[in-house]
Amino acid sequence: MSTPRKLVEVRDLKMHFPIRGGLLRRIVGAVKAVDGVTFDILEGETLGLVGESGCGKSTCGRALLRLYEVSGGSILIEGADIAEASPEELRRMRPKMQMVFQDPQASLNPRMTVARIIGEPLLEHTSLSKAEREERVYELMDQVGLNRAFANRYPDAFSGGQRQRIGIARALALNPRFIVCDEPIAALDVSIQAQVVNLLEDLQDKLGLTYLFISHDLSMVRHIADRVAVMYLGKIVELAPREPLYSAPLHPYTQALLSAVPDPDPAIAARRQRTILTGDVPSPANPPKGCNFCTRCPQVMDICRSVDPEFREVAPGRFAACHLLDDTVSASGHGPGRGAQDQKTNQQGSMT
Amino acid sequence: MPDGAAPVLDVKGLKTVFQTRSGKIHAVNDVSFDLRPGELLGVVGESGSGKSVTMMSLIGLLPSPPADVCAGQVLFGGRDLLKTDADALRGIRGKRIGFVFQDPMTSLNPVFNVGFQICEPLRKHMGLSKAAARNRAVELLELVGIPDARRRLDDYPHQFSGGMRQRVMIAIALACDPEVLIADEPTTALDVTIQAQILELVKDLREKLGMAIIWITHDLGVIAGIADRVIVMYAGQVVEQAPVQELFSNPQHPYTRSLLKTIPSVSGDRAPRLQVIEGQPPIQMKAPDACPFLPRCAHGFDRCAAENPARLAVGQGHDVACFWDPATGGPRHV
Repeated sequence: MSTPRKLVEVRDLKMHFPIRGGLLRRIVGAVKAVDGVTFDILEGETLGLVGESGCGKSTCGRALLRLYEVSGGSILIEGADIAEASPEELRRMRPKMQMVFQDPQASLNPRMTVARIIGEPLLEHTSLSKAEREERVYELMDQVGLNRAFANRYPDAFSGGQRQRIGIARALALNPRFIVCDEPIAALDVSIQAQVVNLLEDLQDKLGLTYLFISHDLSMVRHIADRVAVMYLGKIVELAPREPLYSAPLHPYTQALLSAVPDPDPAIAARRQRTILTGDVPSPANPPKGCNFCTRCPQVMDICRSVDPEFREVAPGRFAACHLLDDTVSASGHGPGRGAQDQKTNQQGSMT
Repeated sequence: MPDGAAPVLDVKGLKTVFQTRSGKIHAVNDVSFDLRPGELLGVVGESGSGKSVTMMSLIGLLPSPPADVCAGQVLFGGRDLLKTDADALRGIRGKRIGFVFQDPMTSLNPVFNVGFQICEPLRKHMGLSKAAARNRAVELLELVGIPDARRRLDDYPHQFSGGMRQRVMIAIALACDPEVLIADEPTTALDVTIQAQILELVKDLREKLGMAIIWITHDLGVIAGIADRVIVMYAGQVVEQAPVQELFSNPQHPYTRSLLKTIPSVSGDRAPRLQVIEGQPPIQMKAPDACPFLPRCAHGFDRCAAENPARLAVGQGHDVACFWDPATGGPRHV
């Protein structure tokens, strides 16, 4: 197999929301929900995007489809920059990229029948006849495991898992290449989550889809994703293929996050060394100076409070942003002495 | 904990129905369990399995109508809570039985500062003076790990983060040194790193205070980490009960067995495909006359449709409500 093509290339994406205040509602600050993230999504893969609430993972996913006007950076989908696209261009690009939302209750119009919900993208973007549209809706319902006989029912007649299937069918209607799944299973019961995840995997195999799978559930992401990006306070702190990320996380935040996930096995749970982070996530309107994680990091150093670590490739395919890794990389690359020296110069450079 | 010790709380044959426009919903069907001194009893089940309603029934927190706690006994401190009048019950709730609910934002009153809310039970139940209650409140906030406790007493709930609010809720629940603490999905609304903090706190408090805890959750990972014993609920019934190690290493009920297989983990083996429990949990519109799990069960046979299995002891402290025997793969011989 040749090297997979990059389907999505995100460079230094920023999404800042203005904070207005005062009598004249002037802009007095910004919530830096996404603050300079860079990553690729390869064709046919599932990239997991994990992090705690408020870390900017959902905003990142929405900005990727330009559901927001981004504040900076570029998003190339199949080479075309969606961040710069005109409304007309954007409309032509929409069928290629779709979204599955978290709350299947809120994302489906309660006054539309299932057939109309699934058929709406077809009406909007294709010139199919009524009969053809109907045929396609049935086909989609089969594909996601919904009974055709229920096409004329309303969303409230369905359970949470079935509603999520409706949302997935709607996303599939225009044969997209790329789907952003924003916490698609978070609102579902444990026994239903597996059904939806298996469906997403089957569809990926069958249709060659590429997913960005946004979730706070680290164990489910380990199951579904090929590569995983970890976000903290608007930035990606680590991005790596699944296995090394879970077995040997590099960034202290990833380590703490993984150790906080309860293990459904009492024997492992009793054995495990836990890293309990103290404190809460700082506000994205007022992130700390230096590394965003410096206020909670168990291994914080002086440099972390002044210099924001660069997000870079620290091993083939593994990216991280942490000063602790400065040494190790230089050590493998140029010898230990050089690495320590580099760090010192960096530090001095930034101090002045 | 000693098996023979008299239970702090003994629930027998509890039944709760809700009267709705479309008919009666049998939310709790003949639930029995006990809580022993100092233990942490985990209650697992999916939403709608009746775990919260069970706990609210036993201390009279359900509005009636529509709820009707129609049968059973809840023995606590030598009396039956179901036969206790509302006034006496109020003296027990918050004093001898403390509560922590899932969502700390909706269970704290936004218009009173947290100091007032912690002092309220202290003054009502313990008769403390204003100053004494305030001092005790500071102690409690320190106990649950809120820094700068004295100053924070005057802060309002919205000035606390989610994790800190949940700590405040725990402080309120602990205010009167309860014998029993009932925690209903106390960490579900929190992030994992904050959840880990709260779980550590609870483990720590248990050692210090030695109360018995009922911990309701749908997260088997949380249960594995903190519970001594577990009851598994499905469709308003207890389908399995076992010590925590036993439940995870030797699950008997097909529901428990598949539930354990459907959840992926962050360590251990990664299955190429998740096991699925087809279908969805039922809504009980009539008293159960068959096994409620039968429609989703891979092992059901004719007897399961004819009668609802009673709980049957299968090991030390381990019982299961099922006719199927995983050891033989056939019917259980009773």
